[in-house]
Amino acid sequence: MNPFFALLMRDIRLAVRQGGGGGMAVGFFLIVVSILPLGVGPDLNLLARIAPGLLWVALLLSVLLSLDRMFHADYEDGTLDLLATGPLPLTLVVIAKMLAHWITTGLPLVIAAPVLGVLLNLDTQAFLPLMLTMLVGTPALNFLGAIGAALTLGVRRGGLLISLLVLPLYVPVLIFGVGAVDAVLVGPSPFGSPFLILLAITLVSAVISPVAAAAAIRLNLD
Amino acid sequence: MFDYYANPARFMKLSGALLPWVSGLTVIVLAVGLYWGLVLAPADYQQGETVRIMFIHVPAAFMGTACYGYIALASAISLIFKHPLADVAAKSAAPIGAAFAFLALMTGSLWGKPMWGAWWVWDARLTSMLVLFLLYMGYMALWQMIEEPIQAGRAAAILGLVGAINIPIIKFSVDWWNTLHQPASIVKSGGPSIHSSIGIPLAIMFGAYVLIFSSLILAAMRAEILRRKVRNMRLAQAEGGYHG
Repeated sequence: MNPFFALLMRDIRLAVRQGGGGGMAVGFFLIVVSILPLGVGPDLNLLARIAPGLLWVALLLSVLLSLDRMFHADYEDGTLDLLATGPLPLTLVVIAKMLAHWITTGLPLVIAAPVLGVLLNLDTQAFLPLMLTMLVGTPALNFLGAIGAALTLGVRRGGLLISLLVLPLYVPVLIFGVGAVDAVLVGPSPFGSPFLILLAITLVSAVISPVAAAAAIRLNLD
Repeated sequence: MFDYYANPARFMKLSGALLPWVSGLTVIVLAVGLYWGLVLAPADYQQGETVRIMFIHVPAAFMGTACYGYIALASAISLIFKHPLADVAAKSAAPIGAAFAFLALMTGSLWGKPMWGAWWVWDARLTSMLVLFLLYMGYMALWQMIEEPIQAGRAAAILGLVGAINIPIIKFSVDWWNTLHQPASIVKSGGPSIHSSIGIPLAIMFGAYVLIFSSLILAAMRAEILRRKVRNMRLAQAEGGYHG
């Protein structure tokens, strides 16, 4: 089996068997979405209006908190050193890890989102657009987050630092993701424009992040 | 010349000689610009006297954005050419750029209250400026949290380049989105649309802010070079042990 798929399957298997990755992210997603109405009040009309934004912000935070699972475990036990000197170029190693992370953490969040949308009285016609935007947006969140995770590999207690580095990069994804869903619910503007820009952001980050993250990993391995 | 001043000692000599002159020039140009803009220039027919905040606000916003471009350029030079002083330059520029961005946000807020009736609106220009400020914060935090200067420099260079995508977004945000903030009036197709009685003091203030940046960055780079020298001396002393 070629090294890329071997690494991909290894990471998926580890995440599924060790547990915690996808399950905890969805759990955190659920908790945040549950406490938000406790904060803003139970008015269903208000919740329906702000549901896309709240769901996207909760998604952002869930992805953020799961980011240090991407590289840190392998960094700490030395696997990353082996992978860096192995037959697979480090950029492809990073892509495999990001992909595995998205499959095990991002996809469950996307599937959970409409269910949690019910808690926030999200309009049913927005369920499909929401899932679609999150399906396209979560890879971008993972890719951009990988840069932050790779940069903070050597930093002890760097949890907040990852958030500080990565959240400004998440802002365009958030703006266009929510914009696309709102376009379906409210606006006269079409769903297509923000959605296509979101797709563009994902594609650009898919190209830039492996390079940047690989450089950062190489830097931290020295 | 690029490589000649890569030697920190030569850079210290050059910057030491330049710094008093640049600082002096800064004070003069800033004084002229402030007096001309805040006192002499005519009041706006629509906004009255509050338009004078523009002389502080606009150059600060420009410098905030330009400093991040400077950091991105220095980061690229640091990563590609491994120029020894490039990451020193980037590290020194960050607090200055963050201060300019913060000044722009604050003065903009003070201007917005009488003009728009709100201290803050979430329109494209303000939001992207705020994101720029957050990028500065993250950049400075990364420098802080990595102990070894060379390693920190490379990590910060990667972050600096990744964040540079925000710069064109800020510049063009007022054109791409319908926003409350004034669209471009200086660098746009068709040339600037400001009358010279306000345009000239504004240009002087731009120059003053660039000079402020120049003197501050020279001083900050000198301080950073000395800081690294002290660190190296301390490490050498620790390694030297008890026979030093």
